[in-house]
Amino acid sequence: MENKKAKKRSMAMEVCQRLARNKMAMLGLAILVVLVLCAVFADVIADYETKVVAQNIANRLKGPSAEHWFGTDEFGRDIFARIIHGSRVSLVVGLISVSVSLILGGILGAFAGFYGGRIDNVIMRVMDIFLAVPSILLAMTIVAALGSSLVNVMLAIGVSGIPTYARIVRAAVMSVKDQEFVEASRAIGATNVTTIFREIIPNCLAPIIVQATLSVAGAILSTASLSFIGLGVQPPDPEWGAMLSGGRNFLRDAVHLTLFPGLAIVITILALNLLGDGLRDALDPRLKQ
Amino acid sequence: MHKYVIKRLIMLIPVVIGVSFLVFFIMSLAPGDTARTILGEDAPIEAIEALNEELGLNDPVLIRYGRYMVGLAHGDLGTSYKSGRSVFTEVMSRFPDTLKLAFWGMVFAVVLSIPIGIISATKQYSLIDSVSMVFALLGVATPNFWLGLMLIIGFSLHLRWFPSGGSEGWKALVLPVITLGTGCMANITRTTRSSMLEVIRQDYIRTAKAKGVGYRSVIYKHALKNALIPVVTVIGLQFGSLLGGAVLTEAVFSWPGVGTYLVNSIKAKDTPAVLGCVIIFSICFSIVNLCVDILYAYIDPRIKSKYK
Repeated sequence: MENKKAKKRSMAMEVCQRLARNKMAMLGLAILVVLVLCAVFADVIADYETKVVAQNIANRLKGPSAEHWFGTDEFGRDIFARIIHGSRVSLVVGLISVSVSLILGGILGAFAGFYGGRIDNVIMRVMDIFLAVPSILLAMTIVAALGSSLVNVMLAIGVSGIPTYARIVRAAVMSVKDQEFVEASRAIGATNVTTIFREIIPNCLAPIIVQATLSVAGAILSTASLSFIGLGVQPPDPEWGAMLSGGRNFLRDAVHLTLFPGLAIVITILALNLLGDGLRDALDPRLKQ
Repeated sequence: MHKYVIKRLIMLIPVVIGVSFLVFFIMSLAPGDTARTILGEDAPIEAIEALNEELGLNDPVLIRYGRYMVGLAHGDLGTSYKSGRSVFTEVMSRFPDTLKLAFWGMVFAVVLSIPIGIISATKQYSLIDSVSMVFALLGVATPNFWLGLMLIIGFSLHLRWFPSGGSEGWKALVLPVITLGTGCMANITRTTRSSMLEVIRQDYIRTAKAKGVGYRSVIYKHALKNALIPVVTVIGLQFGSLLGGAVLTEAVFSWPGVGTYLVNSIKAKDTPAVLGCVIIFSICFSIVNLCVDILYAYIDPRIKSKYK
C-alpha cells in the first residue's frame, strides 16, 4: 500500500518536474497566476462601483496616463479597472463552461467507451450530430434561443464542448477498460459505475487535463466572440469582448479602447495554450518533439 | 472508391436530419411569444393568436419539426419573420460572398502555413523556426475580430491602403481574408511542423538520404506526402472554425455574407432565418469533412486500398 502511494507520488512529482523544466509552460503558468490574483483581488485593485460601472462623461476617451493606465472609455470609465474586473468574468466563464463540458461529455464518453455496443453507437452518433455544427455556431444558436446572459453563455459554450470530451474520454476509457486492474475491480464486486469513476477515469486523466486546459482558452475566446457580436455579457458589466465591441466606434481617435482589452484576451489565451502544451508534453513525454 | 463516396454522401442525410432536429429543438426552447416578437409588444392579443395559428406555432414541437423537414426536403427553409422572404433565397443570395471569404481565407492559410511548417521542421531550433513558432502561437491566441480591428486601424485608417468595409473589388477582400485566415494558418503551421518532425526522423527518410536522393526530393516527395494526413485533418477541422470565424469577420468588416445575416437574425429573434443559416453552415462543414475523408484516400494509398 505504501509502495503504491510512494509510486503515485513519484509519478505526480515526475510530471511536475517535467513541467517545471518547460520554460514556456512556466511562463504560461506565471501569467495565469497573475491573472487569477487579479481576478480574486479585483475589488482591492479597483472599486467596482466607482471605477468599473460609474460613468464620468467629463473623463471620456482619455488616453493612457498615470491616473488611468489604459485610458478611459466612451463613458469615462477606467479601462484598466474594467479589464481587471473582466478577468473575473473570463476566468469564471472559462472554468464553469469547461466543467459543464467535462462533466456531461465525460459521463457520456465513459459510458459509451465502457459499455460499447448499442449504447456507444447511440451516444456517439448523437455526438457526431453535435460535431457537425461548428461549436461557436452551436453556442450562438443556444444563446439566441435562451437569451443573452452570463449564465446562458456559460451553458451554451459548455454544451457546445460536450462532444469533444465525450470523444476523448471514450477513447481513453476504451484504451484502459480491458486492463487487469479493471478486471480486479469487477472481481471484488464493484459496480460498473464504481469501476468507471473510481478505477477507469483516474487512469485516463492525462488527455482530459490537457484538453481541459486548452478548452478554458477556447471558452474565453468564445465568450469574447459572443459578447463582441452582442450575444454575450451585456453592458455595463465588464467583459473583454464587449469592451472591444464598444471600442469599434472609436478606432480612429481612441485606439486604446480596442488595444488593451484585445491584448488581455491574447495574453490569457497564450498563457493557457503554453500551459496546455507544456502539460501535454509533461504527461506524455513521447509526444514531445 | 466511388462506392465509398456514394455511401458517405448518403450518410449526409441522417446528419442533416440530426442537425436540423438539434437546432430546431434548441430554437424551440426560446422563451416568449414569437408572434408577439414579430408584431410588437403593443399588438392586440387576437392578432397575436391569429399569427401564432397562421405560423403553426401552437402545434407541438415534433409536428412543427416534421413540417419543417418536409419543407427542407423541397429546398424550403421557411419564411423569414423579419423580411417575409424565403430564408433559402435570403441565405443563398449571401452565400457566394461568405464562400468567397472562406475560400480565400483557407487559401491564404494553406499557402503560407505549409511552407512555413516545412521550413520550421527542417530547420528545427533555428531563428526562422523560433520566429515562425512565436507567430503561430500568437496567431492561435489572437481573436480574429480583434486582429480585424487592428488591421483596420493600421491599413485602413492610417495607411489607407485597403477599405475597412464592403465587398467590392479585390482590395476589400485583403483585410477580411487575413483576419479570417490567420488563426487557421497558425494551427496548420504548428501541425505541419510537428507532423514533419515526426516523419523526417523515420527510417525510410534516412534510407532515402543514404541512397543519395536530393534534399528537395526527400522533403517534398518522401516526407511531405507522409506528413500530410494530420495536416489535411486539421485543415478540415479548421474549416468549421473558419465558418464560425466568418460570422465574426463579417461583423467586423460589414461583409454582406451569411454571417452578418445570421447575427442580425439572432438579434431580431428571426427563428427560421437562424435555423436556415446554421443548417446551411453545418451542411457545408459536413461536405468539407467528406472531401477531407476522400482526400485521405488520394494522399495515402493504404487508406485507398481499404475502399477497394
